[in-house]
Amino acid sequence: MAESLRLRNAREGPLPTLLLINGKAVGPGYGPTADHRDLSYTFQFNVIFAHLPEFLQGAALTLGLALAGFWGGAPFALLLAFARTSGSKWIKRLAGGYVTFITNTPVLIHIWFLFYGLGDLGILLGKYTAVIIGLMAATSAYGCEIMRGGFLSVRRSEIEAAETLGFSRLQTVWYVIVPHIVKTVYPALANYFIVLTLSTSLAMIVGGEELLGTAFNVASENYRHLEAVIVAAGLYVVITFAVSLSLALVGRWAFRVKAKIF
Amino acid sequence: MPHLEVRNLSASYGDLKVLHGVDLSFEKGEVVALIGPSGSGKSTILRVLMGLTPCTGGELILDGQPIVPSSTASVRAARDKMAIVFQQYNLFQNMDVMRNVTIAPVKIKGRPRAEAEADAARILARVGLAEKSHAYPDELSGGQQQRVAIARALALRPEVLLLDEVTSALDPELVNEVLDTIRDLAKDGMTMLIVSHEMAFVREVASKVVMMDKGKVVEVGTPADIFDRPRSERAREFVGKILRH
Amino acid sequence: MEQILQQLPEFFSPINIRMLVEAMGVTIALTFFGCGLGFLFAFFIVFARQTPGHWALPLRAAAIFYVEIFRRVPFLVTSYLVLFFIAAIIKNASLFAIALIAIFIYATAYTADIIRGGFESVPRTQIEAAQAMNFGRWRTLIHVIIPQSWPVILPPAMVFMVAFVKDTALVSQLGVFELAFRGRELNNHGFSGILVFTTIALLYFVISYPLTRFGQWLEKRLATPRSQKSQRKLR
Repeated sequence: MAESLRLRNAREGPLPTLLLINGKAVGPGYGPTADHRDLSYTFQFNVIFAHLPEFLQGAALTLGLALAGFWGGAPFALLLAFARTSGSKWIKRLAGGYVTFITNTPVLIHIWFLFYGLGDLGILLGKYTAVIIGLMAATSAYGCEIMRGGFLSVRRSEIEAAETLGFSRLQTVWYVIVPHIVKTVYPALANYFIVLTLSTSLAMIVGGEELLGTAFNVASENYRHLEAVIVAAGLYVVITFAVSLSLALVGRWAFRVKAKIF
Repeated sequence: MPHLEVRNLSASYGDLKVLHGVDLSFEKGEVVALIGPSGSGKSTILRVLMGLTPCTGGELILDGQPIVPSSTASVRAARDKMAIVFQQYNLFQNMDVMRNVTIAPVKIKGRPRAEAEADAARILARVGLAEKSHAYPDELSGGQQQRVAIARALALRPEVLLLDEVTSALDPELVNEVLDTIRDLAKDGMTMLIVSHEMAFVREVASKVVMMDKGKVVEVGTPADIFDRPRSERAREFVGKILRH
Repeated sequence: MEQILQQLPEFFSPINIRMLVEAMGVTIALTFFGCGLGFLFAFFIVFARQTPGHWALPLRAAAIFYVEIFRRVPFLVTSYLVLFFIAAIIKNASLFAIALIAIFIYATAYTADIIRGGFESVPRTQIEAAQAMNFGRWRTLIHVIIPQSWPVILPPAMVFMVAFVKDTALVSQLGVFELAFRGRELNNHGFSGILVFTTIALLYFVISYPLTRFGQWLEKRLATPRSQKSQRKLR
């Protein structure tokens, strides 16, 4: 027991970001710059705005984590989609089992497993590594389902039409099947990427310094947690708009997919 | 005093102007038919009267009372006195026939349910659908659905009945059952404004025919006037074309 | 590995088991009540959003604004927003209530879009028929729109709620005694992370998987019969 305790201390995450007194939440009302009257609260955004560059760095890290999680997981998603549609019975079951397990359990638990759990085996992952692997696992599972939907949406009639027009197998795949799948899959994947970007906020729980983590870091000096989180929320909205706009534009130009811009 | 009067009515769908200053008037008990090519604005007049399409100019006067489109109370009062039957019947898909016919009298006009149901049974018998009162719209044929729609309108006890191309969506063999129903209503003295392509029927039933084209009234007269002795060029052209069938 | 085997009896002690089962109950309660209330309130948001007239512009704007904002903010952030906001005005607020409010806000925003889609799937002609008979917006909603749109609304709403079971793990950060919180607590007490988090994951699976299957079944049941007639037979 003592052994594992020592190991755990090596993996111990940051101090809880929440001030807990007797198990009850205590907010900025008890900080040094606070107002002690019950119903009033004076907003002080200036202290937060002074740290805007840090917030922007955090936002950049948010996007970085999302990209890493997405592109790291996408190849596996494709593999799994193939496995589930054209594998042998056992491969199908295995892949299906993996996807079902990942999609029915919280990403947070996966990340905690990776970050704290693997420590027992001597595998010490950095916090960002754990988060990225967790996001990759999620992407592989949800991405698999999206791509599988794309595969299954290809109709026999399209393939037959191509064959009767004289297309070779390869040509059929390249000119008919792939474009169809891409058109079906792109909006769903774009949507998933947005969800993924928002879920990078999980990193804060294990001490990551992406957008939400930065908000807490900044607030730890002035106890203006409410203002800091409001600013972070605002930035998340901005990021989401920017990302969905870009993805919609890319979709229209590169793939001829009509995606909603707003 | 005319029962319903339309003065200089204009209406548009967005940028497209559909009615250009239309004048109409009819007395109680008259059956007025609006005829003309598609897009001439016939249905639009009915829709404006029921407040489904906004009017951009002109006046509507029902029973001496003007209908003010911007006043919800005025529009509701007008709807209280008129009922419309649509080309696509528009029966409420989630209700059976009896509920379709009684829901407005009970919920909107506040009549007691028992009275409304008795009334509905009577009206359904009149349109020949007494045994279908617990069927759902998707179990009925087009002709039957349209007759339910007429029953639904009649249950509101309107002063004026508006019929918007009520046979145009029906299979030919189902048209007559609906026309028979309308013929009956005309005989009973209901004030009706009918938009229709069924020229023979119009000729038989209407007391006044209004011919329209491109959002304007081209000619007004009795059926004999319009069909046998059309005065204007456009009317003559139209009648000539349709009579060739 | 031997370490894990050593810890097993202590880990699966009656106290722990009871605590974990209670935590599962908290997770389920948070999901059902939070998402359920959010779903109901979302109807009002959509109704407000569709109110016509110039005077209603602020109301429409507020409804749109609310939905668009909370759909684009991570749930963890929304949770903290609610926490800090309430903590600033009410001392000693219940953490469970705070979490419930956060879930409520999040669920309202997400299901509002589902509901709006459902409403827009009802043919315009049905609404015109109701208008022509002086139904008024509220009556039209109750008697015509909702009865005809619920088969389109319910499956995605169900899918959302089931997916949300996993998101409740985030309210562990607010200090609510649900599954994820207990997991972290056990890990802190010295139990092997592998043992703890695998167990917690399995417990989440036990809650989530049957609900997912139910959602799929519901989707199939309501989707294939296209006509109202067959849907009536379902009820």
